[in-house]
Amino acid sequence: MVEHSASDNAAVSAGGGEAPDRSDRQRKSERQQSNDRSAWNWLLVPAIVIPLLVPLYNRVEPTLFGWPFFYWGQLAFIALGVATTSVVYQKTKTRKDPDTDRLGRGSVEREVR
Amino acid sequence: MEGIKTTELVIFILFFLFVTGLGFYAARWRRPTDLLHLDEWGLGGRKFGSWVTWFLVGGDLYTAYTFVAVPALMFGAGAGGFFAVPYTIILYPIFFLILIRLWSVSHVRGYVTPADFVRARWDSPTLALLVAITGIVATMPYIALQLIGIEAVLKTMGVKGEIPIVVAFIILALYTYSSGLRAPALIAFVKDTLIYLTIIVAIIVIPSKLGGWDVIFGAAEEKFGSGAGILLPATGQLQYATLALGSALALFLYPHSITGVLASKNRDVIKRNMSALPAYSLALGLLALLGYMAIAAGTTPVDGDGNTIVPALMDQMFPDWFAGIAFAAIGIGALVPAAIMSIAAANLFTRNIYKEYIRKDASSRQEAKVAKVASLVVKLGALLVIIFIDPQFSIDLQLIGGVIILQTLPALAIGLFTHWFHRWALIAGWAAGMGIGMLMLYNISKIDPATGEVVREHFGGSAFALSKLGFDTPTTIYTGFVAILVNLLVTVIATFILRAMKQPEGTDTTRLEDYFADEDDPRVHDVPDPLEDAPAVKPGGSSG
Repeated sequence: MVEHSASDNAAVSAGGGEAPDRSDRQRKSERQQSNDRSAWNWLLVPAIVIPLLVPLYNRVEPTLFGWPFFYWGQLAFIALGVATTSVVYQKTKTRKDPDTDRLGRGSVEREVR
Repeated sequence: MEGIKTTELVIFILFFLFVTGLGFYAARWRRPTDLLHLDEWGLGGRKFGSWVTWFLVGGDLYTAYTFVAVPALMFGAGAGGFFAVPYTIILYPIFFLILIRLWSVSHVRGYVTPADFVRARWDSPTLALLVAITGIVATMPYIALQLIGIEAVLKTMGVKGEIPIVVAFIILALYTYSSGLRAPALIAFVKDTLIYLTIIVAIIVIPSKLGGWDVIFGAAEEKFGSGAGILLPATGQLQYATLALGSALALFLYPHSITGVLASKNRDVIKRNMSALPAYSLALGLLALLGYMAIAAGTTPVDGDGNTIVPALMDQMFPDWFAGIAFAAIGIGALVPAAIMSIAAANLFTRNIYKEYIRKDASSRQEAKVAKVASLVVKLGALLVIIFIDPQFSIDLQLIGGVIILQTLPALAIGLFTHWFHRWALIAGWAAGMGIGMLMLYNISKIDPATGEVVREHFGGSAFALSKLGFDTPTTIYTGFVAILVNLLVTVIATFILRAMKQPEGTDTTRLEDYFADEDDPRVHDVPDPLEDAPAVKPGGSSG
């Protein structure tokens, strides 16, 4: 109960008094849409396309620790996938830490920002 | 292989009992006020954070069957089996771009299943029914395959016959019934810990015992030397790429992967997971190479069953006590996805068949009750598949499953981005893709790579020879890929025709901003939170 009202107060102060919820919601929705249309998302395309270009990696040389390129090269694409999704996540996320509770401190910080 | 391996079996059973306890305990974990609501039983309360989601989705997508079959494929067919690596790499950027929208619209509108979305988006209960049936039919053999994973482990320990599997499955069915999605979420922690432990040990111990990676790849080179060696033949490259792409597209259409994603609490949890889940792909890539290690070690499958190659290798290389742990990893690895799949299929039945056609006024309590019973029926069905049908046939069914689930791509995945298609055109495209896919699979025969003889006339694989379509080339292509292209083509053409005939379009009840909504958006559908006495929707926010 206490936490709930605290969060409400934060929303009120962030919205600047009048009809705080509506403007707050609109702003949030717009922010979301711009995140979804962010140019950063294009970074994900090479992570989908490159692992499918078989002629690129269907070779033995260069070997690494006795592994033909076909095998270690494809495992290296995992790093590519991790790197691109991490960057896009960092650039398009809406909260500092997704695991804070909706009514918890993280959400208050977010409202104030 | 006559006697039962006592040490291994005892450790296996201890772990099994432990996760059984966890499964029943899960009903009390993050305890809701009322488990008898489909959001609670079927989606774990829609509140899972980053860690739980990572374990749950990882435990869901990387099944025991993957861990058993991919190395077996490498052992039997060489480089082609490695497609699992690009497949599970490209999966996550695709998830990132597409499933995030499905999460948002499902949360705003309270959808539990992918077919719920299809129904609202296209205003067509018939299309939703087709999507639901496709999902259930594709999932059943997938559950059956999990049983094959357990069977392979039991066989290696010298336990024969069907009774142990039946017992294991009844126990699984009971705790899934009582705890819902919370059970596999909790057990997934144990499963993944054991899997990672096993892989790390395997990747250190086995190569050093065999004399290094050079020896392992050398042995594989020798075995597959007559063809392209340990690389792909020129004719198999298109198949490799299209199989990886088709499998990735199919995987996120499967009801169970959507269930795992819908259970997470907000968009950022999903996005963050898309960069953390590839850790499993690394594990899978390393596991795949166990197939080559088995070649170098001269391992022979138990009873000529190719699926036992990994357990047999572990039995050969590890001390008994650790082999027991490794077998428990595979066995528990089968339980987690089997539970999630049966829940996902049960959700589909309840929402899109029972509530739609049998009892329109079903309350949320009734929905949850029906879903619980449906999950039992689905598992019983999978069990019967295993007992009465040749295991090889369930692998074929799984192959078909991937091809048919792909046919829901236009209505579901593309539908998240555009409403351009006509609803009846989607049905026509689905039917065309289904028909072509089946016809092609029927015409693929299985050929023994060693002798060149035809082992089976029909449903022998997913690699379709382009020469059969009149192209002058020995290249093969993934059947599902061709089927979805046909599906899309028919959908587009039929849309133009239906629009010209001015057929009714139906009303899309979703709205553009639904696809961007997040957890703290006041419009988000929220289940009653036991921590709050006030309504979840703030005053003034309910009108939107």
